Amino acid sequence: MASRSNPAVSVAKVCKYFGDFPALHGLEFDVAAGSCLALLGRNGAGKTTLLRILAGLSEPTEGKVTLLGFGARDHEARKRTGLIGHGIAIYDELSAAENLRLFARIYGVESAEKSVQEWLERTWLHRVQNSPVREFSRGMRQRLAVARAFLHRPELLLLDEPFTSLDDKAIALLQSLLRDALARGTTVVMSTHQLREAMELATHVALLHRGKLAHSGERPPEMLTDPGFLYRTYGEA
Amino acid sequence: MRLIQQAWTVAAKDLRSELRTKESLNAAGGFALVILVLFSFVTDPGETETLYALSGGLLWLVFAFAGVLILNRSFAREQANDCLDALIASPLSPAALILGKSAASFVLLLIVELPCLPIFGGLYGLSQWSSHWLGLVGVVLLGTWGMTVIGAVFSALTVNLRLRELMLPMLVYPLLIPVLMSAMRLSTVFISGKDLEADDAIWLRLMIAFDIIFTALALALAEDVLVS
Repeated sequence: MASRSNPAVSVAKVCKYFGDFPALHGLEFDVAAGSCLALLGRNGAGKTTLLRILAGLSEPTEGKVTLLGFGARDHEARKRTGLIGHGIAIYDELSAAENLRLFARIYGVESAEKSVQEWLERTWLHRVQNSPVREFSRGMRQRLAVARAFLHRPELLLLDEPFTSLDDKAIALLQSLLRDALARGTTVVMSTHQLREAMELATHVALLHRGKLAHSGERPPEMLTDPGFLYRTYGEA
Repeated sequence: MRLIQQAWTVAAKDLRSELRTKESLNAAGGFALVILVLFSFVTDPGETETLYALSGGLLWLVFAFAGVLILNRSFAREQANDCLDALIASPLSPAALILGKSAASFVLLLIVELPCLPIFGGLYGLSQWSSHWLGLVGVVLLGTWGMTVIGAVFSALTVNLRLRELMLPMLVYPLLIPVLMSAMRLSTVFISGKDLEADDAIWLRLMIAFDIIFTALALALAEDVLVS
């Protein structure tokens, strides 16, 4: 999937068991710095489990994960990684600006207030920055979640179903931000079922099937016009 | 230093959120008041000696019950929108998260406890503690820290359980026995207007040791508690 010389993400013989159930089994691949990996697979294939291990939220039962040359729970790896998980990870009682200030402090962002204002503007939330998030529409909350994940300019972005339930405008915004990030050399790993949106960005794909890696490599050109190509070729085997 | 800064960030966030919603403050404050009033019905105001002997126990039962209401919300607050995942995945150290949560719960519980002291004194006609209020406040501070630091760890452990409101007190109360016993004993001494004697010093030492040991354990085990 990528050169072994300087991978941004390295997954080595990773297994994860929930009781006796093998959610992930012997996964092994690298993701090159600056590439965008689309993690594909049917429901229950293990995409979220793998992303949780990469995000340091869960320990693999066996094997090892390295992010940017550091262990997944290493402070340096955490500082340089951004995450959009299943939830938006935003506090309803705080305002949009307070939420971003909180995460700017946690990530040690320099010129925090300037960054907060910049991301509020980039996600079109600057006019409502002092309103409590509980008053926001779903789309506004999701844009704020995007701002939170990008605020500290991460070198690695881990995105779990980032396009799910976004409206057209928010999808376009997220795609544009991801394009900018990739152009800056950021590495992106995203799990998704929304193949059409993901394939516009993905440089590589990995297909998980019942916890095992069914295929990994560069995104086949066919997937741009036929997003289901990979599933038909490998996924239903 | 970074640990303290990060813990302060977490505590300030929790306090700001709670002071806006007042969810656990209203619940714990209301509950403490109701229990104080209900206990006053079963005690005889004429039996001053008995009242003084029971005072520490009564007071700390109220604090322990009210405390669990605050501790239950400590990590449950992070469940909405999966905020806990974002904190664990961030460079925030797990020890800072536990320390910040403990500090926020400590302040919130004190906000409930401190007004309870004069209310307790007034309802039960106990006035001798006014000469030893500083000692009593010291006991409240030490006992409350012990409760909140253990409570924060178990609040994290039980946050994903369906019966967490039940599980938290079942797990926490047995562990709190040493600090509650010490706090009850020392509070009784100060409420009765007496000075600490040599026999009482062991309870003070026990409470201080409990706070130090469990704070160290909480910080050391934070990573294992938070990452599955």
